Amino acid sequence: MRRELCAALVARAARPDLVFLTGDLGFGALEPLRDALGERFLNAGIAEQNMIGVAAGLASEGLEPWTYTIAPFCYARAFEQIRNDVCFHRLPVRLLANGGGYAYGVMGPTHHALEDYGVLSTLPSLRIFVPAFDEDVAATVAAAGDEPGPAYIRLGRGERPEGRVVPAYAPWRRLRAGDGPVVVAVGPMAGIAWSAFAEDAADGPELWAVTELPLSSNPPPSDLVAALRGRTLCVVEEHVAQGGLGQALAAWCLEGGIALGGFRPIAAAGYPSGTYGSQGFHRRESGLDAGSLRERIGARIGA
Amino acid sequence: MARRGHTLTAESRPHGAEAPAPAPIVAPALAPGLLTLARWRLLAMHREAGVGHVGGNLSALDAMMLLHHEMLTGRDRFVLSKGHAAGALYVTLWSRGLITEAELATFHADGTRLPGHPPARGLPGSRFGTGSLGHGLPLAGGLALAARLQGRDGRVFCLTSDGEWQEGSTLEALVFCAHRRLANLTILIDHNRLQGFGTTAEVASLDPIGRVLSGFDVEVREADGHDLADMRRVLTPGTGRPVVVVLHTVKGHGVPAIEGRLDSHYLPLTEEQVREAMLGSAMLGGATGETA
Repeated sequence: MRRELCAALVARAARPDLVFLTGDLGFGALEPLRDALGERFLNAGIAEQNMIGVAAGLASEGLEPWTYTIAPFCYARAFEQIRNDVCFHRLPVRLLANGGGYAYGVMGPTHHALEDYGVLSTLPSLRIFVPAFDEDVAATVAAAGDEPGPAYIRLGRGERPEGRVVPAYAPWRRLRAGDGPVVVAVGPMAGIAWSAFAEDAADGPELWAVTELPLSSNPPPSDLVAALRGRTLCVVEEHVAQGGLGQALAAWCLEGGIALGGFRPIAAAGYPSGTYGSQGFHRRESGLDAGSLRERIGARIGA
Repeated sequence: MARRGHTLTAESRPHGAEAPAPAPIVAPALAPGLLTLARWRLLAMHREAGVGHVGGNLSALDAMMLLHHEMLTGRDRFVLSKGHAAGALYVTLWSRGLITEAELATFHADGTRLPGHPPARGLPGSRFGTGSLGHGLPLAGGLALAARLQGRDGRVFCLTSDGEWQEGSTLEALVFCAHRRLANLTILIDHNRLQGFGTTAEVASLDPIGRVLSGFDVEVREADGHDLADMRRVLTPGTGRPVVVVLHTVKGHGVPAIEGRLDSHYLPLTEEQVREAMLGSAMLGGATGETA
């Protein structure tokens, strides 16, 4: 999604208040943005805590700062800056986090982001965007950019199935109808799930993509709520189960008196074999690839 | 009590609120005696609330009062990075009429806007909530950069503790600000040489901190942090680079019983100690450096 991100920000670069800070990343991708922004593009160096503190200072003066780095170097390294400097002050800093989930693959676990939105969902006023498809990035940048408060944007790789047309952007989108289990997939996992169930018949799963969190700011739409009653909910996410959307959505249903027929979370399992590989390898190990999803969600689970 | 020139309201406005026009500084100089009064009020406030941390407040008070009464205009910014000097900040804002006497009396009480470290929102004259060390300088760097990008005049002052320079984020920010040559930024270091559990020299020495930091592309100046004239001399704007001002201070300054003592970081004052400090400064006609 980096190319789409760069294009969306270049389109926004005419806004005089926009300032972009990168933690020394973006080589081979963000040069057009650097050229468009001039002195408003800053390489803040390998110093993420400072970068986010500086961004909070910029935002407090009415500027529109965007920070960019690899996801773990943002939410994990600079968590206290996000909490204290950005969220406590409700400052509109846009935190761009590249490589959500296992996206950095064989780069290893230090570069993965498996607990980012769970941790960040605990913070006041922070809105979280997890675009599912490359086509979502422009709308995500527009939505996050116009937010009056802070935003975290988890970027990954769009997984649109070949031949499918992505519906217009919305925080919740029904990608296919079906009378089977209700599958809610976060961000790019929606594309993987779409591939898994695209050809299923009417008794197959109903599939929803969710791209904004937490539920307190983006509750499920009424159509989804109606579909959930009495059916099995499967939440698919490239994030650990603890603090993930699965837990949050199950609790939301309990609080709302929505009786599910079953609950089947499918989440990142970490590193069960103790070995490392591509994003696809790690997804397979967690059961987050299309084949595993068919096996775990498909015909074996009744509606 | 002088409550002149509410020039800090522009700086302190909540995010999104309309900025009031900055008022001119009315007081040309920190009035003799006002500093003593502020120190007394600080001691009384901590005594009434039964809270410690007073040592690092007393070491920072003189610099904060000088900045707020003589230097800060509506276009300038002040960031208190050493948030544990909140009491000195509150008293300073009180002395400028931004916090009422009644509110000051709520310090540390349930339901207060004046907790032990400055709150993030809602306190006039204070832009950022701080307290975890290492946050103020990045924020101040952002303010200084914003002024440059927006083509605004104005200086940014950031008051740090000396122990705080052990925080990596403070050094990250120094590298950033020096590299960006943010000459509108003045970084003050309250060098009282005592931190939480020992002297800075014992715990993780950066001494002599002025010489250490002069290895960066900044202009380092040093002054007696309890001598107003000396501080005025070093707080002039920089030329081309950020200015780092090492203020040599005494933890617990003005309270003989705790001056230079480690336990002043934590222990509440006794009534006797407060009375002794007040009597002492009254007999001396004010502590060192209070006259311009």
